[in-house]
Amino acid sequence: MTITRRDFIRKMALNSAAVAATAMFPGVSFSGWKPNDLPANSIKWRKTPCRFCGTGCGLLVGISGKRAVAVKGDPNCSVNKGLCCVKGYHSVQILYGKDRFKNAYVRKNGKLVKTPIKEALDIVAKKMQESIKKKGKDSVAIYGSGQWSIPDGYVASKFFKGCIGTNNVEANARLCMASAVTGCLTSFGLDEPMGCYEDIDNANVFVTWGNNMAEMHPVLFSRMLANRKTRNDVEIIDLTTRMTRSSQAADKSFIFNPQSDLAIANAICYEIIRNGWVNKSFVKKHVSFHEGKTNIGYGTKDHFKFKDKANTVGFNEYKNFLKDYTPEKAEMISGVPAEDIKYLAAQYGNPEKKVTSFWTMGMNQHTRGTWMNNLVYNIHLLTGKISSPGNSPFSLTGQPSACGTVREVGTLTHKLPHGVVMNKKSREMAAKIWGVPEKNIDPKPTYHTVEMFRALDRGDINFMWIQVTNPMVTMPNLKRYRDGAKKDGRFMVVSEIYPTPTSDVADVILPSALWIEREGFFGNSERRTQHNDQLVPMPGEAMCNTWQIIQVARRLGFKKQFPWKQENYIENIWNEYTKFHDSPKHRMAPYKVLKERSGVQWPFVEGKETRWRYNGEFDPACKDKTWDFYGKKDHKAWIWLRPYEPPAESPDRKYPFWLNTGRVLEHWHTGSMTRRVPILHKAVPESYVEINPDDAKDLGVVNGSKVKIISRRGSIVMKAMINGRGNPTKGQVFVPFFDENYLINEVTLDAFCPISKQPDYKKCAVKLEKV
Amino acid sequence: MPIFSFLVYPEKNMKETLIDELSSMDYCEATPSDNEDVVILLMDTPDEETGKNLINEIKELPSLQSLSLTFGHVD
Repeated sequence: MTITRRDFIRKMALNSAAVAATAMFPGVSFSGWKPNDLPANSIKWRKTPCRFCGTGCGLLVGISGKRAVAVKGDPNCSVNKGLCCVKGYHSVQILYGKDRFKNAYVRKNGKLVKTPIKEALDIVAKKMQESIKKKGKDSVAIYGSGQWSIPDGYVASKFFKGCIGTNNVEANARLCMASAVTGCLTSFGLDEPMGCYEDIDNANVFVTWGNNMAEMHPVLFSRMLANRKTRNDVEIIDLTTRMTRSSQAADKSFIFNPQSDLAIANAICYEIIRNGWVNKSFVKKHVSFHEGKTNIGYGTKDHFKFKDKANTVGFNEYKNFLKDYTPEKAEMISGVPAEDIKYLAAQYGNPEKKVTSFWTMGMNQHTRGTWMNNLVYNIHLLTGKISSPGNSPFSLTGQPSACGTVREVGTLTHKLPHGVVMNKKSREMAAKIWGVPEKNIDPKPTYHTVEMFRALDRGDINFMWIQVTNPMVTMPNLKRYRDGAKKDGRFMVVSEIYPTPTSDVADVILPSALWIEREGFFGNSERRTQHNDQLVPMPGEAMCNTWQIIQVARRLGFKKQFPWKQENYIENIWNEYTKFHDSPKHRMAPYKVLKERSGVQWPFVEGKETRWRYNGEFDPACKDKTWDFYGKKDHKAWIWLRPYEPPAESPDRKYPFWLNTGRVLEHWHTGSMTRRVPILHKAVPESYVEINPDDAKDLGVVNGSKVKIISRRGSIVMKAMINGRGNPTKGQVFVPFFDENYLINEVTLDAFCPISKQPDYKKCAVKLEKV
Repeated sequence: MPIFSFLVYPEKNMKETLIDELSSMDYCEATPSDNEDVVILLMDTPDEETGKNLINEIKELPSLQSLSLTFGHVD
């Protein structure tokens, strides 16, 4: 029997659907599908985590010859059970865009000139040395990403913090999940979620806090929907500031005024206490109460400093604090009817129901992001609905390795792979593992991301190396930082795969190997480390980001710290890195195990993954079989008294609209990869501004009309979208940021949470003009 | 010439209607499960525009609850 290529692809398509169905419905039968009729062929299927969001879907990539030609969901990966989203299915096409950087470029006489990569690396090393000699170690910086593979971030930290001795190491994950980190640290003393995706199969109620999962975490959303379909006791409640695709699928949608989630969360706790739904024995044994500083500012000025201080209080003080947050008072702030807030509280308070809360950018990109994280933890702690199957407060990360590379490796100014630079023991451990003197590691953090770009603008930083991220699209109040990067005396190195507004400001462009063109690891939202082999060759002179850093470090004289051979440096780096986490609280799987499996969760202790932390039934680090919040010295989780405070900027007469920014399903962040995939580009070819139909009528605007969005920082003209996939409330507009032709961040405000230093991209004031 | 496969979920008690409606559409092949409320839909269209229009048409079917993409290929 002969089979055409088209028949073959059709059979693959059928097989993928059937395998996905089998994962969703064990025992499902399709008599019209014969699994064995796919012919033996030349395609080899190899596992890898997906390159895009923080879900961490397992993919099987079809390799034909030296080319990746097809993708299907990996049925052996417990994350996605054979499912994939539209970005995942088209992911291999990002490797083959026509304008891929295959060579290095160096700016000579104002123009970028193709240059052998060895020469480009020599220039990078020379410029670094010159800057350090002239202006000191803190004049050089590296800015990476939650899309960095774990070895990239690890060698960046070792090189900059351990060898050069500067804490100028940051990553764009500061912009997407820093509030989740500080939320975990302040409530539990240790970072990262206690639960896992199995919570989806156990929860009865899902509350999504400012979180459009249908577009941002579509596979997890599909798992929620599948659970609702197969079980009769599942409800999805969407708390949102605008109607989204998630709202359409939810059982209930409650629309709240921007920033007022603080009041709603407190009101839920008020109701839980008023109705006697507190899990008293859990609270007595495992919870303590604390208050911090208030009126903490917004960080909009250079050199802003803030340090919180915790005072221990009692339950009665907490109860009194909540009197300002009756559902009726919260209704006045939030616009959510008191009855709906009471309904939410009743779901959390019902001892028969298991509740999982999910959030992402709505809560984290928030000038009180740390507080909001604390407040949702408060709800789960009061009811004892935490660290057990189905009961989970769960921050989903936006990027594939925001957890793995940024939170775990510690590629933030104050962090080390284990602990923080301020802690002597952490510095001693790092110095020993890295083979550097302890005095090399500076005990003082330098700049968080916004302040780092301010330092570049001021001239305090002269040399910046940017890898795997596109800050000249994503920084809030963008114009200041782009102008700063272009000033005389700045030297910008950009490791990239395609031309972007960030490579436009580069003095040197280093061509990077992408995803499955090199070996690496990602770490997803549920503490799962995922390994990928190199599956296809790198194009031209492209080089793995890890290897680029190693090459420059060696040129600066650090051969002893970076001794590895190209054949097995990733394995050697993994073996060195995991020495930092060699305890039952964070032990990581060995290299060999990660190579074999479609991801392994940490803590990985005596061959077993830990599904739920802090619960002795599941977590071997607990002192007994009950809950043990061992991250805190008192072995208790902390409930925080955190009030409602207004945002940095609110609509007024001159600027009467809220501006909210975010993402769409089809595009990954700034679109530098997905806009090069024809089917994704055609699905959403350009950005737009969503306007409420009533506002559009008042402005005389119809679908496709050009509208000017003006803030105190800048303006942009783009097309209106009315009754599209999202629908903002009256007085609010929404703009996706994936399109570099419409730099919406020239309009946004660089205010941030004073604790996490994560900017708020969801709230600033604008006015609209019909063009 | 795009080829896509989807898992398609019918509204309650509407599986047979959904299968009939999908089967009557050009470029669509519906393979129902024997024992669960789920249908595999294979879409093989001559061009992307036809595929896009067809998906919009399918989304309008009253018998459809939701559909999840499981495979996509575009020449």
